[in-house]
Amino acid sequence: MSDRVKRFLTSLPLHLVVIAIAIVWLVPTLGLLISSFRPPQAIRSTGWWTVFGDFFAESQWALVNYEEVLTTQGLAQAFRNSLFVTLPGTLLPIAVAASAAFALAWMEFRGRQTVFITIIVLLVVPLQVTFIPVFRMFSRLGLAGTFLAIWLAHTGYGLPFAIYLLRNFFGSLPRDLFESVYLDGASQWQAFTMLALPLSVPSLAALAIFQFLWVWNDLLVALIYLGGTPRVAPLTVAVANLVNSLGAEWYLLPSAAFITMILPLIVFLSLQRYFVRGILAGSVKG
Amino acid sequence: MRSPRGVPWLYMAPALILLTAFLLLPAVDTLRLSFLGPRSERYVGVDNYAYALTSSQMLIAYRNNFIYWLIFATALVVAGGLVIAVLADQVRYESIFKSVIFLPQAISFVGAGIIFRFVYDFRPDLGLINAILDGILPNYRPIGWLVNPTYATPALILVFVWMWTGFTMVILSAALKGIPKEIIEAARTDGANAWQIFRMVQVPMVASTIGVVTTTVIIFVLKVFDLVYVMTAGRYETNVMANRMYVELFIIRNFGRSSAIAVILLLAITPMMLVNIRRFREQEALR
Repeated sequence: MSDRVKRFLTSLPLHLVVIAIAIVWLVPTLGLLISSFRPPQAIRSTGWWTVFGDFFAESQWALVNYEEVLTTQGLAQAFRNSLFVTLPGTLLPIAVAASAAFALAWMEFRGRQTVFITIIVLLVVPLQVTFIPVFRMFSRLGLAGTFLAIWLAHTGYGLPFAIYLLRNFFGSLPRDLFESVYLDGASQWQAFTMLALPLSVPSLAALAIFQFLWVWNDLLVALIYLGGTPRVAPLTVAVANLVNSLGAEWYLLPSAAFITMILPLIVFLSLQRYFVRGILAGSVKG
Repeated sequence: MRSPRGVPWLYMAPALILLTAFLLLPAVDTLRLSFLGPRSERYVGVDNYAYALTSSQMLIAYRNNFIYWLIFATALVVAGGLVIAVLADQVRYESIFKSVIFLPQAISFVGAGIIFRFVYDFRPDLGLINAILDGILPNYRPIGWLVNPTYATPALILVFVWMWTGFTMVILSAALKGIPKEIIEAARTDGANAWQIFRMVQVPMVASTIGVVTTTVIIFVLKVFDLVYVMTAGRYETNVMANRMYVELFIIRNFGRSSAIAVILLLAITPMMLVNIRRFREQEALR
C-alpha cells in the first residue's frame, strides 16, 4: 500500500465524522429552504426530502408562498419595519458607547473602576427586571408602541456590551500612539475622533454586526415596547404572530421564516470574520 | 493622560444617563414592585416570593432551568464546541466546516423555532426525525417530540445546542490555535495518541477559556426565553423562569409576582456576575 492510500485510510474516519456533523447541522435549514419553494399542497402532504425523487420537475417548485406572505400576510411591511427598527437600533448604541468606552480606556479619573464594574454587572442583568418600570415610563411619556421607544430601549440595553467591547478594543491600541499625538498638541477629542475611531474601524464593524443581529432577531423587546400592530411590528413579531394565527395556511411558515433570515444570513456570511473578531474580544480575555 | 476634572464624565454622560434610565433604576424599581400587589397598589410582604417559590408551574421552571438547561444544555454546548473545534483543526476544509456550524448564530429564535417544527413534526410524512425512525425501525410509533413532556424540554435543548455550539466553537478554536505547535509536536514524539493529546495537553491548556465560555453559556441558559415562547409557550412541562415572568407580566398582568420572578432570575445569575467581576480584576492586574 502506498503512503498516500494509507494516510487516506487512517484519516477516513475523521472525515466521515466531520462531514456527518456538517450534514446534521445543515439539513434542518436546507429542508426549510426547500419547503419554502414547494407548492402549498406538496408542503402539506409530503416531506421536503421527497423532492429528490424528481428534483428538476417543474411541478415540484413554486413561488406562490413568497408572494402570499409578502403581500397578503404583510411581511413586506414588516420587513420595512424591521429595517426601520434596526438601523437606528444599531447605530445609536455604538455612537453613545464609543465616547464612554474611550473615556474608560484612555482617561484616568476617580471612579473609573467602579463605572466599569457596574457595566460588567449590567452586562448580565436579565432584561426582564427592567420591563415593568420602563414600560410605565414609556406610557407616561406617551411613547409606548412608537419606534422612538424601541430605539431608546435597544440603545440602553445594547450599551453594556458595546461599552465593554469597545473599551477592550480601544484599550488594546498602543499607548505610545496616544502619547505622541498628545505631545504634538492634540486634544483628547482629536485623539478620540482622529486616532481611536479610525484605527478601530474593524472593531466597530464587529460590534455593528453583533448589534445588528441582536436587534434584527430580537422578539422580546419588540413584543413589549412596540406590540403586534401591523403598522409597526417587525418581522420577528409578525412571524411569531403567524405561527399562532395561521390555521390551514401553515404551509406559509417556511417562506415566512426565510424572509426573516435572509438579511442576517447575508450580513453574517459576508462579514463573518468581523463577527468572529467581536466574539473573541468579548469573551476570551486573560 | 490625566484629564481635567469632569471631562471623562462628559464623554460618558449620554451612556450613563441611558444605563441609569433603562437598567439601573428599573432594576431597583422592580425590586420594590416585587413586594407590592398585582397592580402595585398595596404592600404584600413576601407573598409574591412565597408564590414564586412554591407554585407548581414555577417548580417545573426551576427543574428545567437548573437541571435540564443549566447542566445538560451547558455541558452539550461547551463539550460539543470543544470537540468540533478540535476536529475542525485537523481537516483542510476547516473554515467552511466551521462556517456551517457557526451559521445558526445568525438565525433568530423565531426562525429556528419554525425550522425545527419541521424536524420534530409528529407526522412521519412531514417531520424529519419521525420519518427517519419510521424508515429504519419496524412497527415504529411516531413520537410527538414537542408535545410529550418526557421529550419536549430535551427537544428544545437540542435546538439551543444547534444554535449555540458555533459560538463556543469559535472561541475554543481560537484558544486551541494559541497552543504552541511545539508542545503538541513534543507530545506526539513522546508517543501520545490523539486522545491523549486532547485530554492531557489541549484541554488543560485551554481550561481558562473553557471557564469563560461556560460562564457565558450558563448566563444564557438561565435567561432562556424566546425558544420556549416560540416552540411550546411553556406547555408540556417546558416552562422556564423567563417565560413564567413574561406570562405573569403580559397575560395574567400580576406585576408583583412578575417582579418577584424577575428578581429570582437576577439572583440566580448573580454568582456568574461575581465570577465575571473577579476575572475582570485579574485581567486589570495584568494590564
